[in-house]
Amino acid sequence: MLDRATSALRGLGNRVTSRIWRLGFASRFFLAILLYSGTSFRRFFLTIREIYFTGVLSLIIILVSGLFVGMVLGLQGYDTLQRYGSSEALGILVALSLVRELGPVVSALLFASRAGSAITAEIGLMKATEQLSAMEMMAVNPIARVVAPRFWAGVISMPLLAALFSAMGIFGGYLVGVVLIGVDEGSFWSQMQASVDFREDIVNGVIKSVVFGILVSWIAVFEGYDSEPTAEGVSGATTRTVVTSSLVILAADFILTAFMFRGA
Amino acid sequence: MNRMTLDIWVGVFVAIGLCALLFLALKVGNLASTNTGETYVLKANFDNIGGLKVRAPVKSAGVVVGRVGDIRLDAERFEAVVTMNISSQFKFPRDTFAKIRTSGLLGEQYIGLAVGGDEQVFKPGESVKKTESAMVLEDLVGQFLFDKAAEGKDKK
Amino acid sequence: MSNEPLVQIRDLNFTYDRRPVLTGINMTIPRGKVVAIMGQSGCGKTTTLRLIGGQLRPTQGEVRFDGRVVHEQDVDELYAMRRRMGMLFQFGALFTDISAFDNVAFQMREHTDLPEEMIRDLVLCKLNAVGLRGAQDLMPAELSGGMARRVALARAIALDPLLMMYDEPFTGLDPITMGVIGQLIRKLNDALGGSSIIVTHDVQESLQIVDYVYFMADGKVVAEGTPDEIRASDKAYVHQFVWGEMDGPVPFQYPSAPYREQIYGAAHA
Repeated sequence: MLDRATSALRGLGNRVTSRIWRLGFASRFFLAILLYSGTSFRRFFLTIREIYFTGVLSLIIILVSGLFVGMVLGLQGYDTLQRYGSSEALGILVALSLVRELGPVVSALLFASRAGSAITAEIGLMKATEQLSAMEMMAVNPIARVVAPRFWAGVISMPLLAALFSAMGIFGGYLVGVVLIGVDEGSFWSQMQASVDFREDIVNGVIKSVVFGILVSWIAVFEGYDSEPTAEGVSGATTRTVVTSSLVILAADFILTAFMFRGA
Repeated sequence: MNRMTLDIWVGVFVAIGLCALLFLALKVGNLASTNTGETYVLKANFDNIGGLKVRAPVKSAGVVVGRVGDIRLDAERFEAVVTMNISSQFKFPRDTFAKIRTSGLLGEQYIGLAVGGDEQVFKPGESVKKTESAMVLEDLVGQFLFDKAAEGKDKK
Repeated sequence: MSNEPLVQIRDLNFTYDRRPVLTGINMTIPRGKVVAIMGQSGCGKTTTLRLIGGQLRPTQGEVRFDGRVVHEQDVDELYAMRRRMGMLFQFGALFTDISAFDNVAFQMREHTDLPEEMIRDLVLCKLNAVGLRGAQDLMPAELSGGMARRVALARAIALDPLLMMYDEPFTGLDPITMGVIGQLIRKLNDALGGSSIIVTHDVQESLQIVDYVYFMADGKVVAEGTPDEIRASDKAYVHQFVWGEMDGPVPFQYPSAPYREQIYGAAHA
């Protein structure tokens, strides 16, 4: 019995240490990406190509989701606000929810599932088919050529996608609130403008989306680069990317929100 | 996917992304209305600022003319010293009243400037002498109850 | 041209995760020769290639390329060394997102400042050498296994390397393509004037084209010699390998309890 207890503890200790070891490796990998980022900007076409695959191809899901989230906010918001006779505050509710929280967070989650997993799969497959090895043997640094452009593409695309999500959401809220339900159009926009502060809300939202972009892109490229070069290895890595990214996004959101929206 | 089409699509993507950001900043937020123009400083001392916060608006006749810059406590006289950044296009006469008001019944607090008739105007950095502190709800209720009790006693 | 061997491996030891993969390896790859490294799967052949290319660091001993120790080079020097080596990976390892032409042109575009017209001519020349000039615009997914490997070969020789390394070049190919690749390896080696190392377990095909053979088992070199010597060898391991015998130093049965015991139970053994 003591045997089982000790082996369970050893197993637990093993997993914790291996996670920490992996985190250390991931951090060195991050530094390596930053170090070798020169190529991504000197040969900007590499990065542009990746922005197409991560950003442009995510547009549909982001825009449609943004629209629906905004519309739901409009419906739910109106339902609650009109009970207190404050239905003209619908604009404020929709705008602030989106710009401060839902825009950056939901678009980051969607980005992680769509673009993040694609990046992991791509890099993992390149590793499994020895393409990264071949590149190394041809004296081309695979981190500079393959990994860094994908990382920067993610960082650049993320804030743009978050802004698009929020904008579509506000439009969705407008559609439902003003066009469908009949909330006063003037007060919808004017109250929104009066309460949404550029620095406090919008800039903070952008900062959040940049931070999320860095985190998701880092996790995606790392999981791909570190995956086992087998079919199960790659599929496990893509799952890990989505799960880890989602958890990290939500945790980081809490930390950032606590810093940014303390009190006032 | 050849280079040209790729570049075009990415360009479109970045363009609409930036447009969305611009839309949020101008139409949704208050970037357009916060005049980043020139401002000058006016100070005002209050006994009680209530719930006034930094960056609360300073209004005259209901129109925003500036923002509260800084709020400090004067340790000698135990008054609140409020620094206001007023837009340079507005000059206020020296007998202006600065009152702390609430928008709506339970809304955010702001500073209202009620002008007098003095010909001379404030110079930057000067203090508004006539101030009226915020109405604190508890004091009001206490006052009301006290008045009511006094009334009752008088009647007797 | 100096008489010193192109690659010199002396007392090479490599351990991975506390498991010894290579023990006391000594090999010499002379200039202008084709050398085969043969052995069972997992005996350390591919690891040796990676150590020559500097992708792994030896735990002990040294690998010299053109007189210089590989693992003592800094990053720039190592990359300069690698530009003089070409490696053909087992299944080609072509970059799947670009065409055959772009694959072959890859090294030229990365490491030289040659104008596009010149690169075009060079690429077509290399593809012609492997017989695939007509396939230049195909994507790797559209190529058969053998064709993909030939394009990968064209890519590996793009900068006329001094040392060519082949990781299991004959695996999974039909006899015609096997013969083609074998002949190409020999012809290219002689044309480039460099050396080639073939890691393989295809005995018949490689013995026809190589000049010298190293036999590896369990991370050690157990035999070496010219193809004729190997064919005539009476060493048990070599004999079993060359003639494909079912049982010998490499046992047929996976280690287990005695047969009688497993069938009848330990009491009746």
